[in-house]
Amino acid sequence: MSIKGKAYIVGIYEHPTRLATDKTVPQLHAESAKGALEDAGLTKNDIDGYFCAAGDMAGLGQLSMTDYLGLKTRHIDSTDVGGSSYLLQVGHAAEAIALGKCSIALITLAGRPRAEGMATGTQPRAPERPMPESGFELPYAPATANMYAMAAMRHMHQYGTTSEQMAWVKVAASHHAQHNPHAMLRDVVTVEEVVNSPMIADPLHRLDCCVISDGGGAIIMTTPEIAKSLKRPLVKVIGSGEAPKHQMGGKVDLTYSGAVWSGPLAFEEAGVKPSDIKYASIYDSFTITVLMQLEDLGFCEKGQGGRFVSDGNLIAGVGKLPFNTDGGGLCNNHPSNRGGLTKVLEAVRQLRGEAHPAVQVKNCDIALAHGTGGSLGTRHAAATVIMERE
Amino acid sequence: MAQAQQPTQQQQRKIAAPPINSETQAFWDAAGQGKLLYKKCAGCGEPHFYPRPHCPFCFSDQVEWQEASGRGAIYTYSVMRRAPVPYAIAYVTLAEGPTMMTNIVDCDLNSIKIGQAVRLVFKPSEGGPPVPMFTPA
Ligand SMILES: [Zn+2]
Repeated sequence: MSIKGKAYIVGIYEHPTRLATDKTVPQLHAESAKGALEDAGLTKNDIDGYFCAAGDMAGLGQLSMTDYLGLKTRHIDSTDVGGSSYLLQVGHAAEAIALGKCSIALITLAGRPRAEGMATGTQPRAPERPMPESGFELPYAPATANMYAMAAMRHMHQYGTTSEQMAWVKVAASHHAQHNPHAMLRDVVTVEEVVNSPMIADPLHRLDCCVISDGGGAIIMTTPEIAKSLKRPLVKVIGSGEAPKHQMGGKVDLTYSGAVWSGPLAFEEAGVKPSDIKYASIYDSFTITVLMQLEDLGFCEKGQGGRFVSDGNLIAGVGKLPFNTDGGGLCNNHPSNRGGLTKVLEAVRQLRGEAHPAVQVKNCDIALAHGTGGSLGTRHAAATVIMERE
Repeated sequence: MAQAQQPTQQQQRKIAAPPINSETQAFWDAAGQGKLLYKKCAGCGEPHFYPRPHCPFCFSDQVEWQEASGRGAIYTYSVMRRAPVPYAIAYVTLAEGPTMMTNIVDCDLNSIKIGQAVRLVFKPSEGGPPVPMFTPA
């Protein structure tokens, strides 16, 4: 049993706001859902499966959002593993659609950490209720930035990766963001500007970190039959994979991510290789995140990520692997501190031929979206989705 | 905006008290006596950290508290600069095998290196037991 070709992405929407002072989180979810339905040419009452990560909404958020939106569904999913949740949900929606558990699935994301003044990456965040590891971590003040920084530090030590190489990831994202009118940061930056920006958590500089933005987005998925009855270009899911990685009982190894497991699952299901991928959306919470995930997905050998991302290799029209052509989390947006959903959106735009002309990849028939939710430094869930234009 | 002058000696950072439960009470009682404990499995022989009542490798519940020597080496670290008091978070690999999250303290934060030998110290937490940290050996 495979999901290959059994579910299509027919509607996408990215909320244009980056600072939602006058909107609530549920409202951003609803506006995003409405946008994706309009894109698909469907209506709210067509939805029979709803995917909403609990982390966007306190408490039983998925249920409250089902009520708020006025949905009547037969498939409920509140999978929440942080920023990659939406990539897992695309896989789960494809499974549900393939099995006939729902026929039109809605996935939404929304959040407003910027309006709420959240110091997302630098402030240690304690969970509402202690987790089993809390006593052995909270006293040491793990924030987001210093956790990813420890992974970067070890990668530099073990493989000779440099700050300049990591900076190329941001440089490439900025080249793309200049064409996105909604992007928070539209100025093209240089390697020197990245490595000379203030140090946040050694070795990560300010420009190695993604933006803090409000916003949201939504995805509509459906069956092959319904997809073909609609008027949008046909984009189907051909493979997905998900995998957690953690501290392994004290056998800590921060030099690789769960992509070493989720990637092969997705590639095998899709029946394609990394060299077949024309465009990749890669979760870019930090520059190191991209570098490590590209290695782990097999786009280059382990330890060669620094060389791979250098010299514009990720820039559309310049390098071998155009990535995050919307500017990604590093320049465009990072709604709710979660970048997984927007990764799917830009991959779908590329496959439809609807990316900005300056960054549209020619003959983009196969694209990949991948993310890491949680923390590279402790526990995370990796998720890979491979899509094809029909 | 100019980058603020960074202190290199760790000043007093407020250390959050660890949440304690019935699984971890013995660990924190020992910490109060200056001892760092980890767990070792009688079933498969593997040590693990953080300590649990079941071995995360073979799921045996025959796991026993062991006292660590307090010697270790820095696996990785990062100095957080965007904090009221900069601090070094790290993973330290204990001489006994497991790697644990910690802070590196009482040293020049700019001199910390991966692979550096460290030794155990305890630092007071806010309203909780002392917390195991490490300093260059
Ligand atoms: Zn065991």
